[in-house]
Amino acid sequence: MILHEIKDLLEAEVLIGEDQLDMEVKTAFMADLMSDVLAFATAGSLLITGLTNPQVLRTADVIDIAAIIMGRGKRLSPEMTQLAEMMNIPVLTTKYILFEVAGRLYSKGIRGCIEKVGSK
Amino acid sequence: MDEKPLYEGCLTVAGGNFDNAGEVSASIKTILKKMGLPSDVVRKAALVTYESEINIVSYARRGMIRLHVVPGSIMIEAIDEGPGIPDIELAMQPGYSTASPRIREMGFGAGMGLCNIKSFSDMFKISSEVGRGTYLKMIIKTNRDPLNS
Repeated sequence: MILHEIKDLLEAEVLIGEDQLDMEVKTAFMADLMSDVLAFATAGSLLITGLTNPQVLRTADVIDIAAIIMGRGKRLSPEMTQLAEMMNIPVLTTKYILFEVAGRLYSKGIRGCIEKVGSK
Repeated sequence: MDEKPLYEGCLTVAGGNFDNAGEVSASIKTILKKMGLPSDVVRKAALVTYESEINIVSYARRGMIRLHVVPGSIMIEAIDEGPGIPDIELAMQPGYSTASPRIREMGFGAGMGLCNIKSFSDMFKISSEVGRGTYLKMIIKTNRDPLNS
């Protein structure tokens, strides 16, 4: 899916990265635990989260996340906005709860970046 | 590690400073990227550095992260002055944590940090002295071994 389609689907507001909405993503990972994001999310995936602190952006940056979707209407603090702008990572916010975000994206073809955790 | 390093550097990490946690890993990632290393290698190195940095910020008074790049591998050392780890075997168990609520609010402290560091490193060593600090050494191979890829 193209990021602007995701924006429409989730009735999302683009907080950062209005100029990057033509980006294509195929996979996603959803968690509020950043250590699990580090362990399991793959490069180029969407990160769907309800957590709002600078560590979400740092984590996304470390593992080359394509874009961040913040659910439950979460927004960025001014310091996070500054950091996200510096990292040039798109951040969208939607009022949908995370379960709805995942369901809607899945129904349009986005898949988990891994299906199950398992032995490496 | 006898070869002449391609890069050598050391960055300090302040304990307790959650606002800047991740800055050192971001710098290291930038350095490695500029060196033209493969993106999956850079990602792994940034990941283990970031978890180490979060540990220093979360538990230690201060620490430093050393980066040493030679042809074929990246060595990262995380050295801190802090409380140390009384039982390393226990600390290495997935899910074991002594994290404060502040650390958990940040999305960490679920007892996954050291496990992640170990699983993303090609070589991992840990030693600690209670009351003094903790030392982590991580090696990421940069040229793929066809037998293990």
